[in-house]
Amino acid sequence: MIDLTLLTDGGVGWLDASGPYSHLVLSTRIRLARNLSGHVFQSRNSETEREEILGRVERVARESSLLRLATKFRLDRLDRIDRQLLHERHLVSKELAGLDADGRVRSGASLLVQDRIGVMLNEEDHLRIQGLHSGFALEAAYAEVDRLDAELGQRLAFAFHPEFGYLTSCPTNVGTGLRASVLIHLPGLVLTKEISKVLQGLAQVGLTFRGLYGEGSEVVGNFFQLSNQTTLGSSEHELLDHLGKMVRQVMDYEEQARQVLLRDAPAIIEDKVWRAYGLLRYARALSFDEAMNLLSGVRLGVGVGLIPDVAMYTLNKLLVHTQPAHLAVAEGLAPTDADLPIRRARFVRKVLESEVGRRG
Amino acid sequence: MSCDQCREREAVIHLTQIVNEQVTTLHLCERCAAEKGVESPGAVAKTPLGSFLAAMGTEVEVPAPRHADTCAGCGASLQDFRESGRLGCPECYRTFETPLRDLLRRLHGSTHHVGERYAERPSAKREPMLEAAALREQLRVAVETENFERAAELRDRLRVIE
Repeated sequence: MIDLTLLTDGGVGWLDASGPYSHLVLSTRIRLARNLSGHVFQSRNSETEREEILGRVERVARESSLLRLATKFRLDRLDRIDRQLLHERHLVSKELAGLDADGRVRSGASLLVQDRIGVMLNEEDHLRIQGLHSGFALEAAYAEVDRLDAELGQRLAFAFHPEFGYLTSCPTNVGTGLRASVLIHLPGLVLTKEISKVLQGLAQVGLTFRGLYGEGSEVVGNFFQLSNQTTLGSSEHELLDHLGKMVRQVMDYEEQARQVLLRDAPAIIEDKVWRAYGLLRYARALSFDEAMNLLSGVRLGVGVGLIPDVAMYTLNKLLVHTQPAHLAVAEGLAPTDADLPIRRARFVRKVLESEVGRRG
Repeated sequence: MSCDQCREREAVIHLTQIVNEQVTTLHLCERCAAEKGVESPGAVAKTPLGSFLAAMGTEVEVPAPRHADTCAGCGASLQDFRESGRLGCPECYRTFETPLRDLLRRLHGSTHHVGERYAERPSAKREPMLEAAALREQLRVAVETENFERAAELRDRLRVIE
């Protein structure tokens, strides 16, 4: 079993709800895809070459200012439950964790992480430099990732083409290699049925949306991950500005939708959010999806000031620790154990009982 | 994951819908998806780039002589890329430059990187051991794919380093 307490903040510093607009935006993620020149990409390289890449990058990372004290996780040597745990903390992608349908972990698949910044190694690209910040913080998150990129790039030779920019295994990432995503909670737009229009609008301006866990994941609990679709033809700052503007607009729409709900259907909304709270507080069995949907309702209630005594931090904590692998590890059960919904409900009751009223 | 509809075949299409305030995702196999009127991606389009890749090579004639059939850096062919959606090595971007430029224009609306420029450090400073290992790997691939001209070139470069 891995010990996540080795990480300074347990790897969930991004959930502390301290960042800007954290009543709407859970986290901001930036990642840069990089490959080493003189090496073939992941689809064609050998185990030996992946070990070399890992060794070489780790050596350089340990001499950088941002990853000097990084914790290293070798995903290829971890049990599935531990890999799932890291994935649920948004520290590694589904692909790196080998949680895709075929369930295979690539040899050499590793993570170096220190505070809010890290590098996934031997993912689809040799390096995926990533930063995860609390709330809506595109520029701050990028600045840190950019610094690490510069430090690593000085001592490693990245594959770069004068016309195409940073070369990546998949042409959808070429150029800047930058993917910026904002994890945002949009219950107002879902309840007012405006969400499809908004998502369609985003697609038209070159943005895309995904579920809670990024690529290939489902939308649960009204959480949407909004990110740039293209990586080539715009500078890093243009990409961030564009996404930032659009996210601000979506936040405005969400606030408006919430106002409409409170104005036109106050009794229905009040009942809905308190009902969600009541179920979380007293239910005896909760599936993950149900817990997520109820947490979404309570989050809305807290956001619009209907539920006064619950802190966003408490809700974020519940969000993380009710996930299947987290709960299973905490309860000493297998992630498929039939008792899990019962334990989940008990855990939620305990947290709400002890933390509600003590506003964080 | 099995199909939500028939519960027999593997789900390959994931359809996110918003109905009555609820966001739901349907997982369907190709047959059930087709029955529901969801467009089936077909055999060549199973990767995220499917339709682009399917179009590549039909619309774009790969002109000789600059563009080899296989990449000298890794031995990958355009067919490999079409099937996997992944390129084999940095050199592939040069080998398949023409068809790729067309693809990039369609994907990104541009072919020119305008962001930060990476000033590659001089190769003299690279760690010779790792450089040699990379060359040896490329040599292995070149021999495997019977690209003997490339193999000879790599062998000569290795001799200089070692």
